[in-house]
Amino acid sequence: MIQREKLSIEKSVPGRRGVRVLPASRPAADWLPERALRQHPPRLPEMSEFDVVRHYTRLSRLNFSLDTHFYPLGSCTMKYNPRANEAIAALDGFTAAHPSAPTRALQGTLEMAWRLEQMLCELTGLAAFTLQPAAGAQGELTGILLASAWHRSRRDHRRTEILVADSSHGTNPASATMGGFAVNTVASGADGRVNLAAIRAALGPQTALVMLTVPNTLGLFETTICEIAQAVHEAGALLYLDGANYNALMGLVRPADIGADILHFNVHKSFSTPHGGGGPGAGPVGVAAHLVPFLPLPRVIEKNGRYILKSSARKSIGRMRTCLGNVAVLLRGYAYLRSHDAVALRGIAEDAILNANYVRVKLSDLYPAAIDEPCMHECVLQTNPEQMRGVKTLDVAKRLLDYGFHAPTIYFPLIVPEALMIEPTETESRETLDAFVAAMRAIHAEAMTDPEQVQTAPHHLPVRRLDELAAARNPTVAWGATIP
Amino acid sequence: MYSPHTEAERTEMLQAIGVSSFDELLAQVPAALQRGPDNWPPALTEPELMAHARTLAAKNKPLVCFAGAGAQDHFIPAAVSSLLQRGEYLSAYTPYQAEASQGLLQAIYEFQSSICALTGMDAANASHYDGATALAAAAAAAARITGRKKILLPASLHPEWRTVLATYFKAKGEPWLEIVPCPRGGLELAEVQQRLDGTVAAVVVASPNFYGGLEDGPALAQLAHDSGALLISVFDPISLGLLEAPGVWGADMAVGEGQGLGNPLNGGGPYLGLFACKKAYLRHLPGRICGATTDAEGHRGFVLTLQAREQHIRRERAASNICSNEALCALVATIYLALMGPAGLRDVAELCVDKAHRLAEQLTQIPGYRLRFDRPFFNEFVLECPGSATRVRNALLKDGLLAGVPLGAFNSTMGNCLLVCVTESRSDEDLARFVAGIRKISP
Amino acid sequence: MFEESQCRFAASHEWVFVAGDVATVGISDYAQKEISDIVFVELPAVGATVAQGKACAVIESVKAAADFMAPVSGEIIAINEALADTPELVNQSPQGEGWFVKIRMTDSTELDGLMDFAAYQHTLS
Repeated sequence: MIQREKLSIEKSVPGRRGVRVLPASRPAADWLPERALRQHPPRLPEMSEFDVVRHYTRLSRLNFSLDTHFYPLGSCTMKYNPRANEAIAALDGFTAAHPSAPTRALQGTLEMAWRLEQMLCELTGLAAFTLQPAAGAQGELTGILLASAWHRSRRDHRRTEILVADSSHGTNPASATMGGFAVNTVASGADGRVNLAAIRAALGPQTALVMLTVPNTLGLFETTICEIAQAVHEAGALLYLDGANYNALMGLVRPADIGADILHFNVHKSFSTPHGGGGPGAGPVGVAAHLVPFLPLPRVIEKNGRYILKSSARKSIGRMRTCLGNVAVLLRGYAYLRSHDAVALRGIAEDAILNANYVRVKLSDLYPAAIDEPCMHECVLQTNPEQMRGVKTLDVAKRLLDYGFHAPTIYFPLIVPEALMIEPTETESRETLDAFVAAMRAIHAEAMTDPEQVQTAPHHLPVRRLDELAAARNPTVAWGATIP
Repeated sequence: MYSPHTEAERTEMLQAIGVSSFDELLAQVPAALQRGPDNWPPALTEPELMAHARTLAAKNKPLVCFAGAGAQDHFIPAAVSSLLQRGEYLSAYTPYQAEASQGLLQAIYEFQSSICALTGMDAANASHYDGATALAAAAAAAARITGRKKILLPASLHPEWRTVLATYFKAKGEPWLEIVPCPRGGLELAEVQQRLDGTVAAVVVASPNFYGGLEDGPALAQLAHDSGALLISVFDPISLGLLEAPGVWGADMAVGEGQGLGNPLNGGGPYLGLFACKKAYLRHLPGRICGATTDAEGHRGFVLTLQAREQHIRRERAASNICSNEALCALVATIYLALMGPAGLRDVAELCVDKAHRLAEQLTQIPGYRLRFDRPFFNEFVLECPGSATRVRNALLKDGLLAGVPLGAFNSTMGNCLLVCVTESRSDEDLARFVAGIRKISP
Repeated sequence: MFEESQCRFAASHEWVFVAGDVATVGISDYAQKEISDIVFVELPAVGATVAQGKACAVIESVKAAADFMAPVSGEIIAINEALADTPELVNQSPQGEGWFVKIRMTDSTELDGLMDFAAYQHTLS
């Protein structure tokens, strides 16, 4: 394995330069007041271009990534990032476009955005989409602000509460709080699904919105979702579908048929755009017809084959960020959708479901499934420390790294003890799944013979297990602004 | 399409699962709901897709860019774009498994450190969506920290940023936003002072501001602190190669748009939200933070830290819902800053200032054209035209120049004002074309 | 030290030590062990009003956040400033230096609803 790397600042040599630019004709002090200028240069590394290239190339090799390792992170949909989409996003015509250019100079970008919106509407059956949200969580906040504006427009000021499932992603309740709503958490039933009776009991004149993820974070379809939607609407509330797990429904179920009023997609999950180490993503939000007037601005409008930006609308909630959205991410998502016909689209969901069930069946004798029935695109298994000589999910996850596999999502959903949430995605081959299954089974066998080997993992990575407690108690988050 | 399975493999896998057909796996999905799109286009092969994309890209008109207003056309070194293509960065997820993500985590630590170095702050997060949303998060944090509810926003702040904050806070009803008028293109101390009534959580100061002008940060910080309010600085990271760091002149938090640090214009995104603060406010940073620690053998390593603040643990008690950020754009900025170093960044900033002032000098020698404001500016300035600024902008489009952003759409009294931005990427020839273009339309 | 035998306990694992109308409160030894390594305690501001059974502080470990419920109602008159820099005091001395806040009680009859140490210990077994 590769040795540890110094920080860039530790490789810095005073006076060394990477990129050179032309000197200015006159010093800044000729143009600007002296007191506005900095007294000390910022403590940035001084490196040659080659130093920088080698440094960041070497750092990259200390990483697991989808391109190099199977990455079955549940709820993250780590599917292959097609290279054609990267090439498209890198075309000069798109990258050089200034967002404030007049629309006549931006027709390519605007046409792409408009076409993408039409395709998302077609895919979901919803009336319109905003492409503005920068990520799924920002899409959730957008949806909550839309719901708030809709209730206010009806002069219904009693709607102060949002219902979320206890299996939901943390972003759902956190977004609700940001929108100023109280959160009412509804417990899941023994079948791992949100309980219809509990939803009915929790609904009332105070309910603004019900947020559900379908399939849910246990990888299960909410079988009573249509009845839930009906109950939500009868109570005068709106239904929000969190599309984080839409990969399981691609081309298979249209959220509008479920009764969704609002939905967000994660373009970086379902539509294959690279996760980039945590972003950027894009979180388009779709709405049913009654919510269209409230969508954020600007909106792309088509008129006789020309595309313009609509920048004012009386009822719009406003603007979630600057500009149109994460255009380069949306462009990749558009290219992905254009690469599939309706059959291939459904094939995404089918193979995602096939792969998850294959892993579930091959492992659930040693790592029992939280809910023992066929799953959708991901399965939630459990480690049983009592049967594995004290080995916990965290240990299994760290040991998997030694075997050359990224760990599944662990300890989530919170309602499943010792959870291992596995989402293989449709782009993984059977050989890869078999190798992962073999590693998981080997780790189980190790736990039975030599639990310490598992509990002290990883052994073969650039670092051993890291002290997260010390990091949190005495945070060191920067090398310091001034030279010590 | 991108699935590797053959039909034979699918059949064998279904057998291994123990079902006779795929539909058995779908038993939980009500049959009535199983319906795909009605009207979906045929698939494009890769050559067809590339041709389609090139056709679209060609519909964007290539222009020599003098537009700024939050997105600037700075030079991007080839090494940045090259390193960015590495799949180890591109295709990784958030580094939750620290031991398998040391490269990414170290890069994030270097990013945070670089932003702290630029801003003179003690801590920075691993990035936010964009500058405007970072400011919204900072305003909310200031309200939490001070227990006060009012935020003073300058009229010299980007109008779209003001709208973003208003959108974020409308449903919740707080914090409240009060706009401080800037008739002369920047904040006036008296206008701020008369609003500091003990209910103000933070004063926001953008410098350079939306009009490119510099504000009196130190005096505004003093005023804010005297009334128990925080000062939130909105900065342009390129400018900090030259301008005094907000942390030095008294800002408590600093947020900015980091697009200029190596990220392309991209028609609006993804961009890069920067958020740094003084040590006392570390725990109020939204989203991911990387921290240094040691491993079981005592060697240095990096982890995501202070995670119990975040939405995946705190849920409805979390102060922010952010999960995905702009990690790859932050990596770009880290590499850009390492390539530039303190001297390179200073050179870039100095060249921006020099070229912007030389263009302003030449343009204001043309009869009817003058600067709207007389305050010192960085690399953007408001050019007052004899007539409609939109008409001026449109006329120069014919010469292949994007002359700037007409301000009439933001402020009805500024219909004759063009916001012009000059970066180090504009050559002397570009400047000459701009001046010639204006002369051509002048009587 | 606020001797366990001198304290009353809530089912949600907070202890109360009463002197006059002032209650000093913290979390039990059992609770600190359950939460394990505490990295941060978010305390309410002095002057804040708290209600019995309602969350008034958050206790963070590396991978979890737990609510601290006010065991009695009243006004916060002091907070344990030492926890800001050394939250591990809660692990080291939950019934002593790891106390959370002092509350000026508004309703001392609320104490009747709390358990003595023996009864609390019984609930843990």
